[in-house]
Formats: sequence, C-alpha cells, structure tokens
Amino acid sequence: MADEVILLDFWPSMFGMRTRIALEEKNVIFDYREQDLWNKNPILLEMNPVHKKIPVLIHNGKPVCESLIQMEYIDEVWPSKTPLLPSDPYQRAHAKFWGDFIDKKVYASARLIWGAKGEEHEAGKKEFIEILKTLESELGDKTYFGGETFGYVDIALIGFYSWFEAYEKFGNFSIEAECLKLIAWAKRCVKRERECF
Amino acid sequence: MANEVILLDFWPSMFGMRTRIALREKGVEFEYREEDLRNKSPLLLQMNPIHKKIPVLIHNGKPVNESIIQVQYIDEVWSHKNPILPSDPYQRAQARFWADFIDKKLYDAQRKVWATKGEEQEAGKKDFIEILKTLESELGDKPYFGGDDFGYVDIALIGFYTWFPAYEKFANFSIESEVPKLIAWVKKCLQRESVAKSLPDPEKVTEFVSELRKKFVPE
Repeated sequence: MADEVILLDFWPSMFGMRTRIALEEKNVIFDYREQDLWNKNPILLEMNPVHKKIPVLIHNGKPVCESLIQMEYIDEVWPSKTPLLPSDPYQRAHAKFWGDFIDKKVYASARLIWGAKGEEHEAGKKEFIEILKTLESELGDKTYFGGETFGYVDIALIGFYSWFEAYEKFGNFSIEAECLKLIAWAKRCVKRERECF
Repeated sequence: MANEVILLDFWPSMFGMRTRIALREKGVEFEYREEDLRNKSPLLLQMNPIHKKIPVLIHNGKPVNESIIQVQYIDEVWSHKNPILPSDPYQRAQARFWADFIDKKLYDAQRKVWATKGEEQEAGKKDFIEILKTLESELGDKPYFGGDDFGYVDIALIGFYTWFPAYEKFANFSIESEVPKLIAWVKKCLQRESVAKSLPDPEKVTEFVSELRKKFVPE
C-alpha cells in the first residue's frame, strides 16, 4: 500500500520544524498543510481532539500527535535511512532526556522574552541564556549532540534557531556573544540541511 | 557482568512508583534508596545535576533520569519478559501520547487540588476531574489502557491513585462517583504483584500530604 503522509503544521512552529526535518531525513514524501491557528480546520480538531495543536502527523489516515513522539514514530516506521535515535538503550535514554529538557525549558523561558515585559521579561531572558549555556555545555566539542551524526536532540533544538533573531531583537542581546559554540552548531545544522535537501 | 541497579526515590512519589513497577515487571533486582528531599544526597546531585530530582535510576553506575524515560529504558534493556510498550509503532506512539498527556496535565491539576484553597482549588478540582474523565474515556471498555495487557500508560497513571484519598479529603469530593470505570481499572492493577509491591499505603500518603498542605495553605 502506498504511504499517505500528511502534516498539519504552522510555518513558524519550532515543533512542526522537527517533524518536517525528520520526514525529510527519511526521504518521506508528505503533503504539508498550513493551518490557520485562529481558525482551526475540522481535520485538525478531529485528528488532535485532546490538545487541538499542531503539528499533527497523519499516516494512512491515523494521527500521531506531539512532535517528539512523531520523531520516534518516523524513526521506527522508516528505519532504513539515517536513524534519528541511537540503537544503544543508554544513548537513547540520554537523547530523550535532552529532548525532554528542551521541551520543558526552552519554549517557556523564550516566550517571556517576546511575550512579556519588565521583570518577567528580564527573568525570562536570564533563564533562557542559562538554558542555552546548559545545552552548549552538553554539546561540548562534539559536532552534533549525539556525536558525529545529526540526530534526535539536534532536530529537537534546531527549530528554535529560526526564532533567535526575534529573541535578540526583543531581548536586546546577542545570543552568539553568550553561546558561540551553540551558534556554530546551529550554522553546521543549517548548512547540512542546505547540502542535503 | 552483573547488573547493579540502584533507584534513588522518595516513597510517596507517583513518578518513582512508575520506575519501581517497571523494574518489578521485569524481575530486576534493585537497591531502593530513600532520599530526603530537604537534604539531597551528594549521589542524587551528582547523578541528576540538571533537575536534582528523583527518581534517578543508576544502572551499572550510569544514571537515567525522568520516570517516563526510565520506563522505556527498562523495557529496552530487559526486553525478555513482560513487554511494557507494544511492538507496533502506531500503538507505541499512542501509548507515548497518553503518558505525555498524564505528565503535561495531571500533575499540575492535582497539585491545585491539595495545595490550594477557595476558587483556585475549585478550578483545579474541575480541571482534575475533566482530565480523569478524558483518561476514563480513553480506557473505554478495555481491561488496560493498551488493551488486554498491563503496560506503559497503566504504569504512568497508577501511582496517582495513592494520592486519591488526599485529593478527596482536601477538595471534598468522591473520585469514584466521577470516574467509576477508572476506579475499577485501578482495582485490577492493584492485583498485579509489581503494582502492589510498589505502591505505598494511600493512608500514609494522605498523612504526608496533610503535613505538606500546611506549608501551602496555612489554616
């Protein structure tokens, strides 16, 4: 049976970006459907009734929700090309830990940079920088978070890079000045995407 | 090489309960170490420097953090018996979705039920009941969340049961009257040895929560 893969998404979503990248990594042909989040489509509401959020991956009519879960699903269904997660259970747990850290910490603090002002904004900015430094420390001198190969944690984080300019503008700071190595990593990832696709 | 498995935990933690259950499902011998959360051990701080939280699973000296990640790790390392996640990728994604739902929604809602009062507590109670009803609806007529076999989502949820009498006491309601099918599921899970051995007495949890509540809601 031919695979039918649809992605309900919203172009600036750093979460949707993860699923797009994962599908591209696996050379999966998919139908990208832009969603209007202020006027949600019946298919979105039907396919994600619990959270009513994008991205929603619909594979042969069946929905998979939550971007990190979509990444694991994609890795399992299309295992033949470029594994996203390592095969060793300990390395897998380590990758999932950092994916979870990114989910728990990055969005919330970044939101205070563009979505708040005064003390809240300053606190968000401070926390955001600390979180990026923690990630940079985890990256260390490796090419990618998992080592030599681009994978799960890189995909979980890279979408936020497209929001960095906005954070810098509204936070009045330079992320590169704070986290030079992380910016170098981001540029490596972007270069890789351009070369591969 | 012999397996050395240590679990740094805190007895009333519904998250620690998940890891205890998973280890017992697999028949893994482990050393349970009680942590004093007001005086965290150097080992805890060393093994979970990012979050400094329990549970921490230490397998042959290497830490695995976050209960839901620990359960998956345990399932992968000791894959020979009692699979926790289904083998089909779509079923696995569904199981992960519901465990994630529990993590994102249930903890915050239940916290409002025992740690607040007045309007905030009422709102929290309403949310909490709705979340339990969503879970009950997902369970449907199945014996367990995954179908015929006890598994991932059951493990993710069951620990919260030990806190139910505390929620009922402080917010003055009956959970069974709101979600009878879910309570029936609880009773089935409690018959399982791994669960019975891993869950503390709800009465003791209620005493613990009573003490804790005093810090948040001075009477």
